[in-house]
Amino acid sequence: MTKIDPSEITPESVYLSRRKFMVGVAALAGSALLAGCGIGGETGETGGSTGGSGTTAAPGGTPTPDELTSFDAITNYNNFYEFSLDKEEVASLAADFVIEPWTVEVGGMVESPRKYSIDELLALYPEEERVYRMRCVEGWSMVIPWLGFPLRLLLDDVKPTSEARYVRFQSLDDPERLPGQRHRFAWPYVEGLRLDEAIHDLTILSTGLYGKRLLPQNGAPIRLVVPWKYGFKSIKSVVRIDLVSEMPESLWMEAGPREYGFYANVNPEVDHPRWSQKTERRIGDFGRIDTLLFNGYDEVAPLYAGMDLRENY
Amino acid sequence: MAERTQPDASAARRLSTGALLLRIAAHAGALAPLAYLLWQTLTGGLSFDPIHDLTLRTGKPAFILLLLSLAARPAVVVTGVTALRPLARTLGLYAFGYATIHMLIFVGLDFGFRWDLIVGGVLEKRYAVIGLATFLILLTLAATSTRKAARRLGALWKRLHRLAYAAGVLATLHYLWAVKFITFEQWAYAVVLALLLVARLPEVEGRIRRSRSE
Repeated sequence: MTKIDPSEITPESVYLSRRKFMVGVAALAGSALLAGCGIGGETGETGGSTGGSGTTAAPGGTPTPDELTSFDAITNYNNFYEFSLDKEEVASLAADFVIEPWTVEVGGMVESPRKYSIDELLALYPEEERVYRMRCVEGWSMVIPWLGFPLRLLLDDVKPTSEARYVRFQSLDDPERLPGQRHRFAWPYVEGLRLDEAIHDLTILSTGLYGKRLLPQNGAPIRLVVPWKYGFKSIKSVVRIDLVSEMPESLWMEAGPREYGFYANVNPEVDHPRWSQKTERRIGDFGRIDTLLFNGYDEVAPLYAGMDLRENY
Repeated sequence: MAERTQPDASAARRLSTGALLLRIAAHAGALAPLAYLLWQTLTGGLSFDPIHDLTLRTGKPAFILLLLSLAARPAVVVTGVTALRPLARTLGLYAFGYATIHMLIFVGLDFGFRWDLIVGGVLEKRYAVIGLATFLILLTLAATSTRKAARRLGALWKRLHRLAYAAGVLATLHYLWAVKFITFEQWAYAVVLALLLVARLPEVEGRIRRSRSE
């Protein structure tokens, strides 16, 4: 079994069966493609510094392998308030969202600020596949095969200055194209990461999933994916990335400071003030599974060594 | 289930056509959300998070039917149509029915009867505590909703069934606290509840009755 180009266009059904097949093969061969994919639970993965443990504890603690969530569910069950509060309405409302032209402006405390087109980003930073669990703060989760590149590569190129300590991300601000921005929140959507979180190898900018370009409802043309944090941290449709010295205030921190903090690390021991975070429903499965600290991506734990995770929620 | 003056002693009395139609409409209207939900469940029409869907779509009818049950009395006061009065009981019992299914889905389907999680994780949350309290009130009222129970309880029955208003308040809080953030819809229900509470004040009822008889 040789490497399959992740960007190769493949029908989902074929893609899925191929993936399942690959998982089996990887157990014997250790595939370069799968090494970073985070579904190594049943393969006894050893080389995956990027993929996390790849397993989720089922009730009773038995590890179960992560099955990919269906393309249908990933693209039709979306929290994207810029379009609608109704998760099942986003896809149709986003269908005509225009993503060309699109630029991502990277600036702030950097030596080489620069504007990128999506094509430039794709040319500079080859896409790789990352299969990540995505845990929503609402208590459900998915397993998504993203295409993207480590944010670190981009940050290395713009050269953050020594004062830069945080990264601030901003979504498109355009109520004409994003009807949900006409009311309710302090738009545009803003998110932030500490610099060491941003350059962690698990943190990617994603431009696709299931081997295809991102659809608007999933944050086209480019979005952040931080798999050990609640889904809302993975900001969609990014237009600005700024290196800053102060902790940025995210849209959710502004909207509900007691309920949504800066870190938003997945943590079964730190509940949302109004509901439990101990378990989650995996979309496509029935019933509940235990939620894992850092969504099972234990390799990020050193980032928070000595920190009170309850205090820094 | 909401308070009414006394259980109707002349049960044998024949219903007028209007009252009969009203009853049919109440039963049909109360059962429609359940029928639609069952249909969608059987035909795969639920959302990608079907348990969540089922939870919401049994909780909301329970809540709305409870509000409608509470609205029966002011509706009689305002319109003078006494045939509306028995709807308090009918709709209240349906509210209890939906609330029961809502609870069973939550405990059984969602949490698979994992009491460790339910007691240790969920029941420490105020939305869950208050939801359970609402259910227990509805259970009590449903259990004492028969004529026989009303006769046996006498004057106490009236006071007991005023708890329907407490259930209305608790159900509203349950809804407000369970959602990710409060939208216009939840505020609208809260306003409706507030109006129902105001309309129940004796002075307000008296005024409405007088203005109607003038």
